[in-house]
Order: sequence, then C-alpha cells, then structure tokens
Amino acid sequence: MIRANEYKKIDWPLILCYLILCFTGWISIFSAVYDQEHSQILDMSQRYGMQFIWIVSSFVIAFLVIFSVNPKLYTTLAWIIYGGSILLLIAVIFFGIEVNGSNSWFEIGPVRFQPAEASKIATTLALASLLSSYSFRLKSTQGLIKVGLIILVPVAIIILQKETGSALIYGAFIFMLYREGLSGWVLTLGILAIALFLITLSSSPFFAILTLFSLMIIARGVLCGRAVLHLFILALYLPLMFFSPMLGNLPLIAGNITLPQEAWLAITIAPGLIYHLISAIKSRLIIHWNILVCFIASVFLIFSVELVFEKVLQNHQKSRIENLLGINVDLKGAGYNVHQSMIAIGSGGFSGKGFLQGTQTKFNFVPEQSTDFIFCTIGEEWGFLGTSFIIFIYLFMIIRILNLAEKQKDVFNRIFGYSLSSILFMHFFINIGMTIGIMPVIGIPLPFVSYGGSSLWSFTLFLFIFIRLDLNRWK
Amino acid sequence: MAFDLRKKNRLILGAIVIATIFIVRLFSLQIMNQEYKVTAENNAYRYVIRYPARGLILDRNRKILAGNDTAYDIMITPYEVKALDTADLCRIFDLDIVEVREKLNEYRRNRRRIGYQSIPFVKQATSRQYALFMEKAYKFPGFSGVSRTIRNYPYNAGANLLGYIAEADTAYLRANPGYRRGDYVGRTGIEQSYEHIIKGEKGYSIFLRDVHNKVKSSFEDGKYDLEAIPGKSIISSIDAELQQYGEMLMNNKIGSLVAIEPSTGEILTLVSSPGIDVTKLATINRHYNELVNDPLKPLFNRAVMSPYPPGSVFKLVNALIALEEGVIESGTKYSCSGRYNVGRGVACHPHPSPTDLTQSIMMSCNTYYCIAFRDIIDNPKYKSVTEGFSRWKEMVESFGFGKKLGTDFPSELGGNLPSTDTYDKIHGKNRWRSLSIISLAIGQGEIGTTPLHLANLAATIANRGYYIVPHIVKGSPDTLINTQYRERNYTLVDTNNFKKVIEGMYLAVNSPPGSGATARRAAVPGLDICGKTGTAQNPHGRDHSVFICFAPRDNPKIAVAAYIENAGFGATWAAPIASLLIEKYLNKEIKRLQLEEEMMQGNLIGNTLRR
Repeated sequence: MIRANEYKKIDWPLILCYLILCFTGWISIFSAVYDQEHSQILDMSQRYGMQFIWIVSSFVIAFLVIFSVNPKLYTTLAWIIYGGSILLLIAVIFFGIEVNGSNSWFEIGPVRFQPAEASKIATTLALASLLSSYSFRLKSTQGLIKVGLIILVPVAIIILQKETGSALIYGAFIFMLYREGLSGWVLTLGILAIALFLITLSSSPFFAILTLFSLMIIARGVLCGRAVLHLFILALYLPLMFFSPMLGNLPLIAGNITLPQEAWLAITIAPGLIYHLISAIKSRLIIHWNILVCFIASVFLIFSVELVFEKVLQNHQKSRIENLLGINVDLKGAGYNVHQSMIAIGSGGFSGKGFLQGTQTKFNFVPEQSTDFIFCTIGEEWGFLGTSFIIFIYLFMIIRILNLAEKQKDVFNRIFGYSLSSILFMHFFINIGMTIGIMPVIGIPLPFVSYGGSSLWSFTLFLFIFIRLDLNRWK
Repeated sequence: MAFDLRKKNRLILGAIVIATIFIVRLFSLQIMNQEYKVTAENNAYRYVIRYPARGLILDRNRKILAGNDTAYDIMITPYEVKALDTADLCRIFDLDIVEVREKLNEYRRNRRRIGYQSIPFVKQATSRQYALFMEKAYKFPGFSGVSRTIRNYPYNAGANLLGYIAEADTAYLRANPGYRRGDYVGRTGIEQSYEHIIKGEKGYSIFLRDVHNKVKSSFEDGKYDLEAIPGKSIISSIDAELQQYGEMLMNNKIGSLVAIEPSTGEILTLVSSPGIDVTKLATINRHYNELVNDPLKPLFNRAVMSPYPPGSVFKLVNALIALEEGVIESGTKYSCSGRYNVGRGVACHPHPSPTDLTQSIMMSCNTYYCIAFRDIIDNPKYKSVTEGFSRWKEMVESFGFGKKLGTDFPSELGGNLPSTDTYDKIHGKNRWRSLSIISLAIGQGEIGTTPLHLANLAATIANRGYYIVPHIVKGSPDTLINTQYRERNYTLVDTNNFKKVIEGMYLAVNSPPGSGATARRAAVPGLDICGKTGTAQNPHGRDHSVFICFAPRDNPKIAVAAYIENAGFGATWAAPIASLLIEKYLNKEIKRLQLEEEMMQGNLIGNTLRR
C-alpha cells in the first residue's frame, strides 16, 4: 500500500476537471428539467435530485478506488473481470428490461444499470493485461487476432442489444493500438474515409471539403516536421474558407455572379493546392505526392457519396443504409432533435441567456434533454463562453491523461491510460458533434455531465482507477 | 522512445483539431449565424399544445350523458406583451378593465420568472369571443388561443354521478407527475374514477411566427407535430331516462334514491338530492363557491356517503339471521300488545296480533324483532353475549354493511356498525346485555348505513342470498374494464331462508286493504313489487322515510332503496317514490298519474330547514 505522503502526489488537475464537469452536469440537468412545481435542486422526485445522489455515490466510489483497493488487483483480476462483464452483457439480453428499444438495462428496484458502460473498463483491463504480457507481439497475426477478439466479442453482444452507439465507442481502442505499434496508415486511412463519409452525409460536401483541406494542411505540417507553422497557416485559412461563399455578395469582387458555395470554396483553396503542387514537383518528396493523391481521392469520395446517396439510391435503400450505420434510425425523431438542439445552442449567443433562463430547452418536447442532449442546455444558457470552456476542459483532460500515460513505467498502466483517454475522446467527439449537427445522431452520453448513474459511475471508476495507477509512478 | 512520443503528439494533435472544429462550428452557430438567434421578437418556433377530446360518458343504452363542446383558452406570454388597448381586450372577452390591468401588471412583474411560458389569461372563452379575438390578434402580441374541449350534457341528469372536471391544482400536480398546469382532470364521480381511460393523450403543433405575432405557417407542414389521442368512451350502467325521472321525483326533497339491477350489480339510478345542476357542471369553477356554501350541500353525495339509521328495513336482516341461527322458524308466532315491555321497552304501532314471521314483516312489528334479536344474541349456543353479538355482527357484515362495498364510485363511505368495543366503551366491559343494544333489533341505535347499502340489501334479497358489488360503469367500447364486478358475494344466510322473508315483503305491498300491510301505496298491478318500509328515528327532527323494494318477485329486474330525510312514515313518501321508479323502468309509462303529481310537487326541504 501507499504511504500517506504519497497521496499528495495525486493528480489534482484531473480531479478538478472531474468536479467541474460533474457540477456543470448537475446544474444543467436542473435547468433542463426545471419546473416551478419542483424548484428545489435537491428534490429527489426529479432527475436533478437523483443526479445529486449519483454524484455523491460516485465520490464514494472514487474515494474507495483511491484509498482502499489494491491496484495489483486490476492486473491479477483483469481476465476474471472481463469474463464477468461478458456474462453480464449476455445476461442483460435475457433478464434486462427494454428501454427505448434496446435490451441493455438491468433494473434492480429503483436503480437502472447498463452493463455496456462498465464493460469498457473490463475490456480495457483485458487489453492492457494482454498487451503488457512479456511474450506478446502486436504485429504478429496471432496477436492481432487476440486483440480483435477481445474487442469484438463485447461489441457483437452490444450490437445484439441494439445499442449501436455504445458499440461504436469500442472503435476508440484503435488509438491506443496505434500508440502500441499499429501502423499510422491504418489509422489515418480508416479515420479519413469514415469521417468524410459521415461529414458528407450529415452536413454537406462544402463542409467535407473544408475539413479535408484543413486535414491536408495539418498532415503536411506533421509530415514535414513544421506543425506549428502549418497550424498558423490553417488558423488564417479556416475563416477564409468558411466565409468564401460570402465572396459572392461582395460587388467589387464578383458582381452578381451566382456560384454554388463549393465553387467559392474551390476558388479559395486553389492557391494553397497550387503551392503544394509546385513544392511537390520541386522537392520530389514522395510524401507530398501521397498527400495530393489522398486529397483528390477524398474529393471524389465526397462527391460520390453525395451523388450515390442522393441520386442513385431509392428512399428505402437510403434508410436501410442509415439504419445499418445507426444513423437517424428514426429520421423524424432524430432530425427533429438535432434541429431543436441547434436552435437551442445557436440561441445562446456569446454569453448565453443565463442560468434557468433558457427557453428552447425548457419544453419537454425534445426527449433526452438531460441525457444525450445535455450540451444544448449548456449552449443555450452559457453561450459560446460556456461551450468553449467545456470543450477546453475535455481537451485538457484528454491531453493530460495521454501525457501521464506516456510517463508510466508500467506498460499495463500506460495502456490503461491511453484507453481511457481514447474512450473519453470518442464520447466527447460523438456526443458534442451530434448536438452541433456535424455528427449523425448516435445516442451516447457526455461523460460526467449527462444524467444517469451507470454512465457517471463507470466513468468515475475508469478515471479514478487511472489516477490510482498513476500514483505507482512515485514508488 | 522518440517514435512513441511522436505518436502521442499526433494523437494530441488530432484531439486539438477536433476541438478546434467544434469551437469553429460553435462560433458559427452561436455568434455568426443569425438564423438561430432567438429573441423575444422572432422566437420563431411556438409549441401549441393540442388537447385531446375527453372520452364520452354514455348511458347503458348508449345515449350520451356527457359529451364535448369546444371552448378556447386565451394564453398570454408575458415576455412578448407590448402596449395594448386594454379596453378593446376587455370588450371582446367581457372582462372588468381594472382587474385586467391588475393582472397584466402582475404578469409584468413576474415576467422574468415566467420566461417564455404561456399561461392562461381567459379560460373557456366562447367560439364567438374567440372569432372576435382572432380578427384583432395582430393588436395583441403575446396573446394566443388554444382550443379546449369542455363538457356538455344532453340530459339534465346524473351530475353528481358523472362528477366534474377542473384544472389540475398544485396539490394534484404534485401527486400526479404526468399532468401539467392547465390540464383538466376529473375530480369527482365517473370523471375521477375513470380518468385514466377518458383523459386521452395530449399532442402538440409547432408553428412558425412572424414579428407581428401572426402564425405564418405550420413548421415543416406539421411533419414534427404530434396528434392528440382522444380519450376512450365509457359506458355507464346508468339509465339516463330513469336517472332523470328519479331526479324529478326527488326534486325539493333531501335524500337519496338508488336503483340496482340485482343480477349484475349495475347501478341504474343513483340520485342524491339536492344535487348539482348539469348546467353548472361544465363551468364548475364559476359556481364552485356557491355550491360549497349552499347549506343543503349539493356536492355531498348522500347516496354513497351519508350513514343513516336504516330503521325498520333492517328487520329483514334480523329476520334472516334469526332463521339461519334457528332461533325462530317460519311458523314461530309472537303476540304484541303495542309495546315490547321489557326494560325501558320499545313501542310498537297497533296491528293484528299475534304475528308469524311473514306477518311480522308485512306489518313491521317491533315486538317480534325485539324478541328474535334477543334470542340471537343470547343464543345458548354461544357462551357469552359478546360471542353472540360477534356472530350477529359477522352475519350482518356478510350483507355488505359496515364497510365500503368497493364500488367504482370514488367518494363511497362505509357507514358504521358497532363492535363489542363500542359497547364496552359505552357500558363498561361485560356490563352490557342483549337488552342494552335492543335498538339494533329495529335498525336504530349505533348502526349507520348508506342508501347504497340499503339498495344492495334489496338486491341481495332479490338474488336470494348474494350480491354483486354495485358499480356505475359497465365497460368501455374499446377497453376491457371492470372484470372485478362479476363475482358473487354470498351472505352467511341460506337461500331457502329468503323465501319467507320475500313472502312478507310481497304481502307488505300487495295485501288487501285493512290487512295491516305497511306499504300498500307502493303497489303497482302486475309488477309484483316486494318491499319493506322503514321510519327511521333520528336526532335531527322528524323521522326519515325509508323504503327498499325489488320487482318483479320472480326473476327480479330492479332493486330500489329510497331514503328521504325528515319526511315521516316510510309509506308516505319513500314507498310511492320507489314504486314510481320501478313502474317507470318496467312499464315505461306511469298509470298512477295522480300519485306521480303528488310526489313530484311535494316540497319537504322545509322540514329539514325548520328544525
């Protein structure tokens, strides 16, 4: 066990972020389901009262994890925990109750529990245990198969529970695997194709190309080893691309010509592309040609997705694909939610309407107001300042965990940290992306903020196990 | 190691890029994009709740007892209210200008707390007022109309039964989380008991509005609207015509009139007089204070709530118990000298003597029941008075007395029945004998029964020994309800013992003149009415007039209890009224027009108020 003075080395910045997010979640839930009949924030008949109980019990969990559980248990029990979580996942299909069309909840008295939340930790433990074993080689076929099995077994069961959103989160492990030796190209190509596909489907080719070009600049910077310079260029270029369609409104430049917004974007990025082409010819670096080829291929992908999806496919085929991807399973409901969500966030303006002053999120008409769409309430009541702050907090946590993980002497701990950071990132990315309309509607919670005991407990456990593991560094 | 660090940095860079994209997107949504700026002027989306039509309440022949009309609530959103012509608004809705100004000032003060919520300003405006308002709606930013359904009542009957609807108040909202302010809920009667079936489900419409408060269009052609689901109808067991007739008979009298179909337990008529007029029911809020303060308590449903002494009709129960316990046989005769002369004694009225069981019922002899009752309590079979009394009580309870019958009527009360404890308290433990409680022999003393109990007694005797819990709802055309009201509840008295008692009831009504029969005024040729009168002494003045009966004698179709406060002998008012109700139900027309006239004109309210 750890000596008393070593507790001083606990990573307080992470705990501070954790507390900020819990508190934000609590008051936002209060605000989202607020009505005058129950104006006490501790009213236990309401969700905000319940969330208070979840938060307090999470603190207890955190306390226990830090002070009383021997961290050696995680390594020794990893496989038993993993096996147990698989059994729970299977059991919930038969003994669970149905909530919103998915069979993934246990109900014990007044408490509902979703094993899929906890199985992320179990899977992480199993992966960390496997990858940190002395004889393991990730790049061998056998190794890849083992890793694949560990991830895909829970994913398959969760998909059977009709919780496609939760299953998607397991994709986050690819970031950890990348760190542990998976080739960067697998990662890049996979992410790029999926991202472009989703962005094109959920917004427009305009945004897809904009994103693509931004990515190209970043890739170029990273590959040339001049990341900072390229980020600076990107920062200048982004607003230019973004407002390029407005060029059509400036009489000095274009008179009364009307062009599609993609065309204006093309005009804007053309100089950058030409510069890149020239430097590719001059330097004869194969990497510049690679980037160019990727860019052009992606543009084709974007337009073909748009074209195939809108023009070639019949309506029922479209909805079948969307169903398969877990996007817009209920088009009417989902489209409506996102629209409402964007109105709510957009109406917040720079500094928001103020606590309890939101109007768009007060109605009960939009479901999931306190769970998956909690970010709307933050956006409406605290404005751009609030949303940027929350994004900053998440980013800070994700980066800090990665940095801490890299410092670990123990491979098990490092893999655990990377997995935590990746999963946190996935939730952050999909959930916020969904509420601001750049990701399809996938029902997963915003970590530490959304209403719900299972999610809060699991993330608390996940985070604090890592904080406890991190203490071992000082031994 | 350096390679690993580069991988870590790339991942960090990825996260930064995503976060940057989010910030840019949020910047465009929250700061650049004017489309989403929702201010007081262009709050483009407006949710209007669609209220469902409430389910109809039909009578047993599918005639509408409670239907629906349209009214309009005018809602106000204080944040959006601008300077307006208050006088004009008052003209449209016929309001007092001073009150309106006050109200508007109050909303203004609280506008931050209310936010963009719409709250009702004028409730239940008529269609004409609404049309006038819509013409001028552009002058009144912040006001809008919502259609509501309110009740209408084609029959002037059954107001107490149907119950009223009112807006959910704070206490109700606290107890029922599914409701919101402004929702209507059934607060009494069928409207309350079957609220869950008739309420339906709310929906909403989404509208786009322009700056002039005009609804421009429905959002996306109503693609995201939610239809309200109308409530389901309820078929009550009430016979609308009979109920209306019963209310006419009970006009200007205080008391109750209850009719049950014995074979099913269905309540055909349930009158509590004086009751509420249906014309006041739909707009109960306006009349509520007036009704509450009425000294005759029209909101109090006597038929199911008021515990009355049953009087002589209770002799039927004692007769049945005495037979079952074997303390008398049908041939047992007792003579009567006009008084039961033991202890303080019990007076009787002059009638031929001696009487056997049948005659004792027909002539309602008090002496006969004093003797029989004491024999039940002092039965040597039981070791003590307490034990004998407990046995008697158990048998009385098997008729449904002393407890709620469990009807679907929400406000039902159980009356009261004394226990050994009651008498231990009055007289001291083991200090009381059968003579101490002799009043129970003739249905007086510490016993309280509701008119519903008495109607149920009539039905039980009509069924020769069992009852089905009386209820006012038969079912619903689309939902299976009330399956619990099929079970027979048997009394502890054997079926054979009912024969002689029924004979007595038959003779009480259908004997020739001069025979001493008490209820000859209830006779209707060909209907074979069997009945028993009661004249209940009470501490509130003149005796109550009581009558229970059923008809026809074989295969009975209707059982009735009439209880009329301070109206004197059972035979004077209760018996004719109950028999007229039976005549109306079985014959559809009344031949005894003179009697009908006499009963309907009779005004007995003075008897009560004078005391």
